Amino acid sequence: MENKKPNKVKQVLVAIGTFIRDFLFKTRFLWRRIGFALITLLLATIFGFFLIKMMLGDPVTMFAKRLSDERRIPMDEAYRLATMLLNYDPNATVWQQFGRYVSGLVKGDFGTSMYRNDVTVTVIIKNFLPWTLFISSLALLLSFLIGILMGGRMAYKRKGFFNAGANSFIVVSGAVPDYLWGMILIFIFGVTLRWFPIQGNYDILLELKGWPFITNVLYHAFLPIIAFSIVQIGGWALAMRGSALGVLGEDYIYAAKARGLGERTIVSRYLRKNSLLPLITSLAMSFAVLFGGSPLMETIFNYPGFGSEFSKAIGTRDYFLIQGLMVFMSFVMILANLIADSLYSIIDPRIRRDNT
Amino acid sequence: MKDFKMRFKKSMIRFWKSFKSGAVRLYKTLTYNTKTKVGLAILLLFVIGAFIGPIIFPYNPLTNEVNKFAPPSAEHWLGTDNLGRDLFRQMLYGSRDVLVIALLTSIFTIIIAVAVGISSGFIGGMYDRVIQTITNLFLTIPSFPIMIIMASFFTIEEPVSFALVLSIWNWAGLSRAIRAQVISLKERDFIQICNVMGMRKSHIIFKELMPNISSYIFINFILIMRNAITASVGIMMLGLAAFEPSNWGAILLRAKDIGALLIPEATLFWLTPIIAIALFQAGAILLASGLDETLNPRLRRN
Repeated sequence: MENKKPNKVKQVLVAIGTFIRDFLFKTRFLWRRIGFALITLLLATIFGFFLIKMMLGDPVTMFAKRLSDERRIPMDEAYRLATMLLNYDPNATVWQQFGRYVSGLVKGDFGTSMYRNDVTVTVIIKNFLPWTLFISSLALLLSFLIGILMGGRMAYKRKGFFNAGANSFIVVSGAVPDYLWGMILIFIFGVTLRWFPIQGNYDILLELKGWPFITNVLYHAFLPIIAFSIVQIGGWALAMRGSALGVLGEDYIYAAKARGLGERTIVSRYLRKNSLLPLITSLAMSFAVLFGGSPLMETIFNYPGFGSEFSKAIGTRDYFLIQGLMVFMSFVMILANLIADSLYSIIDPRIRRDNT
Repeated sequence: MKDFKMRFKKSMIRFWKSFKSGAVRLYKTLTYNTKTKVGLAILLLFVIGAFIGPIIFPYNPLTNEVNKFAPPSAEHWLGTDNLGRDLFRQMLYGSRDVLVIALLTSIFTIIIAVAVGISSGFIGGMYDRVIQTITNLFLTIPSFPIMIIMASFFTIEEPVSFALVLSIWNWAGLSRAIRAQVISLKERDFIQICNVMGMRKSHIIFKELMPNISSYIFINFILIMRNAITASVGIMMLGLAAFEPSNWGAILLRAKDIGALLIPEATLFWLTPIIAIALFQAGAILLASGLDETLNPRLRRN
């Protein structure tokens, strides 16, 4: 009785040990991915840091001058305040600057605007990113759905009216960049027909709640969403077609045909599901790209989004804001890349072996 | 001396024969299907228009306020802009820079991508890992914002620097695809045999690997040109890098600045560059997908 007890403890410990070892071994592809992501994160941080170093002139002195003018404080005081607000001291060594920058990032401080009072990267993310994500993710989902339906059909029926129509749609829609589609749509539906508003995200006179507000937001978002989708549909359709063409050559499709299953069953149950797998990674990656916003599209529609803020920051040479937005975007991309890759290898174990 | 002459003659004949067979093959590839032919015709039209057009239709950049927003006529084929300058000639005149930028971007991008992709796939090991991490960085940091930043940091005043800005962040995806192809080719028998026979690395790379990925590279060449035009017009439309006011993007920027969308007479002002872009891009898409169908055996079978 007495010497059995430690034995049991030992057994449990060994079991836990093997479990952890097995778990680590089974998920080693994941750990490798996370390691790579961390390295890329570090490189992106270094890149963002040196973005400031590349800049012309001395932004801190400029900022300090503005502060001393505005708050009527002596220049020394203003300079100290400026280095604190911008989280950057030009007189420190490179290592100290870098350490300060990284500690700021860890605390969630991505940077402060040099020209606009109380505008930080965090504020911009909070106020403008939702609008950008709202229109662009709706557009992404819409174009993804239409694209996979179109691509699947294009692969299954090689000849005929539908394929010719789809092909010419892809060429025409892909030939014009999305921001120019925006201009064309504004001209047709906004200016000539007056069906849709041509700028802004909602009527300013409206109360910010209830159904009228939601429908008004959707009403304003309609043209940008369509402009984004038109261009993306073709890409998804072509990707789906390529993937589906590969699946069509597989044995189980022949078997399904031999069993006498209907065309609709084959397409929905065998073809679509299997050819969707490789598209998931691209979908996740495209979602990550949305965080950058679309500077041109948002400028044309006068939509208050992340991208138009970014181009505004560039227009005014607001270096610290540019740096912060850039670093934020790359962090999101790296994270989304990691999630997409891991998801894909969990869904499809064949991927794990090759392609670290 | 006679011997040398004979040898020279023979080598010339051999060269001519290989050149002829190459030309015939190129001709056959380019006329294999309708898509390729239409795409090629459109692109050739643009090249001719860009380089010979300005000679036939000289562009007069002087402004003439009286003649603003003139409708299309025999003198002004597509009407005039807000300062009374001919739009058709402006578009022709501006297309040269646009095409040169696109071409140079393609060349730079392909050179970087091929060098990085092949070396990384061929050498492998630690070198491959380091290069892939760097490639990953280039892939994950979004390219368009970076281009905007670079365009605002370096003041762009001529096509070469613009092309460099456009290509420096665009090679990553292509180089990764080339690396994947090289890795799969490396396992194939003919490369293994070359290795066993102890052939030079340069021979394997240039004589064995390159011909197998050249069609892929060529198709990507056209697609990169396409993307370069979208990006360059976009950057010019944001008001960065406006070194030549008759560029398509610069025309669009001017149209946007005066609110041409709201002026009915100014429709052609903003529509002309859009149509030029659309035509060029459609030509590039058709040529690329036509070539893909011709050269890619998986698609050709059906």
